Amino acid sequence: MVDLKNVFKAYNNKPVIEDVSLTIDKGTITSFIGPNGAGKSTLISMISRLIAKDNGDITIDGKDIFQAKNNDLAKKISILKQSNAINLKLTVRELVSFGRFPYSQGKLTKEDWGKVDEAIEYMELQDMQDKFLEELSGGQRQRAHIAMVIAQDTEYILLDEPLNNLDMRASTQIMKTLRKLVDEMSKTILIVIHDINFASCYSDNIVALKDGKVMKQGRACDVIDKCVLKDLYDMDIDIKEIDNRRICVYY
Amino acid sequence: MKIRYLVLAVIIFSVISLFIGVTDISPLSLFNLSEEQQQVLLVSRIPRLISIVIAGASMSIVGLIMQQLSRNKFVSPTTAGTMDSARLGILVSMMVFTSAAPFQKMLVSFAFALAGTFIFMKILDKIKFKDAIFIPLVGLMFGNIISSVSMFFAYQNDLIQNMSSWMQGDFSMIMSGNYEMMYVSIPGLILAYIFANKFTIAGMGEDFSKNLGLNYRQVVNLGLSISALVTSSVVLTVGVIPFLGLIIPNIVTIYQGDHLKNTLAHTALLGAVFVLFCDIIGRIVIYPYEIPISLTVGVIGSGIFIYLLLRRKKYGL
Repeated sequence: MVDLKNVFKAYNNKPVIEDVSLTIDKGTITSFIGPNGAGKSTLISMISRLIAKDNGDITIDGKDIFQAKNNDLAKKISILKQSNAINLKLTVRELVSFGRFPYSQGKLTKEDWGKVDEAIEYMELQDMQDKFLEELSGGQRQRAHIAMVIAQDTEYILLDEPLNNLDMRASTQIMKTLRKLVDEMSKTILIVIHDINFASCYSDNIVALKDGKVMKQGRACDVIDKCVLKDLYDMDIDIKEIDNRRICVYY
Repeated sequence: MKIRYLVLAVIIFSVISLFIGVTDISPLSLFNLSEEQQQVLLVSRIPRLISIVIAGASMSIVGLIMQQLSRNKFVSPTTAGTMDSARLGILVSMMVFTSAAPFQKMLVSFAFALAGTFIFMKILDKIKFKDAIFIPLVGLMFGNIISSVSMFFAYQNDLIQNMSSWMQGDFSMIMSGNYEMMYVSIPGLILAYIFANKFTIAGMGEDFSKNLGLNYRQVVNLGLSISALVTSSVVLTVGVIPFLGLIIPNIVTIYQGDHLKNTLAHTALLGAVFVLFCDIIGRIVIYPYEIPISLTVGVIGSGIFIYLLLRRKKYGL
């Protein structure tokens, strides 16, 4: 369980996160939605201790994440930021093997390599595992990064805009995998996502953020609501029910 | 390229290197050398060979580490102010302790090289415009500012002549008794090998490192310290060898990728081969005289560097 209590964060005296309190249940996908600048990425970076909080408490399974040892946390929680930043020439297999770093400090055992193979297989990357990342398409590269996170084998997985720049097929593939990770391997996943229809179709819970504050949190079907979304995005969004899924029409 | 070809090349060039020079020593007479020939071999040729191999291997590896940690393919001791700072350090040690022992000079030079490299990394943090070419240009400017400071003090203290011997890399003065400081590089290289995985992870950025539980700052600091240590020991004994840390790692990356575990040995060997080759050229072009190594490396190296720059899109540098 991830617990946030009265969390504050400011950059240059300008508050970006104000008094956020949240509880995220185990074994769910929780999507963070909201307009640009709402503080979604900042919040998820704080939960993964990449940036420091100014005030408040963030605990995972009752333990304060800023007190915990870095290496212990790396076995508990992993974060995937937007992955286009990496400019090293690495093969898929090399990248995935880094996921085992918290366990082996770089000297991978047979068991570690087993986990690497499993992760590669899980993401269906066997055919391209010895290719360099730069030779892959955006979707394949994103899958390689997710394979690394799977090899890291953490209970909690945080993803910051994993669908950025991906086409529909790649996006659906990623979201289906995330769903599978939760349903089959009982992971807990938190994602920042812009496409509200993906959020609506694949997540259990949604947190709507605006101007650094939580506007609404709850089950996906409660947040994907005409009134909530109007307040959130300042625009009229029509919601249609298709095959028991709530689809937002806003074009 | 297979690693055994590189090993073979190092061995062949080493043998050639041992038997070139004014005193005629042929491999056939190795077992019945005259007194004088023995002296030349032990006092001059072998120390020269060792220092070439260490300088070539270690400067290339230092370049590789600096490129990984700064996440820029064109950062190296020559383009980050490390060499210029090391030289300023040598100058300061000569001014402050007039008869400094080599080891003292080395320590002061190391401190300066370290400080210079850290300042460059700080500048790098502040720069928003992270263009691959722009950053080494900033480094070159920074290095030239430090150099001009060195020059100013050298003029004032009549040390220009002395300074220029560190300006130009030159192996012709290497003799047993004055090159042993080079061995300081070896523990640095061993550390580089032990930390190879961590350097590669640090090369993917602070967030990426933190996610995997790696202490990013600590690894970066260690890498920069190794770089400063190796650079100052090489500058002190041989002088400045330009381009080495820049081109060798980039050539290896093209065929071997960026995982340090796969590239370290290749980089070290190729660096040694390259410097051996340039040194042999320098020794035979105007035989019996010699061209300093910084000139031959500079000419061949800048040619390769321009080629790499023009083809960088193709190789993904």
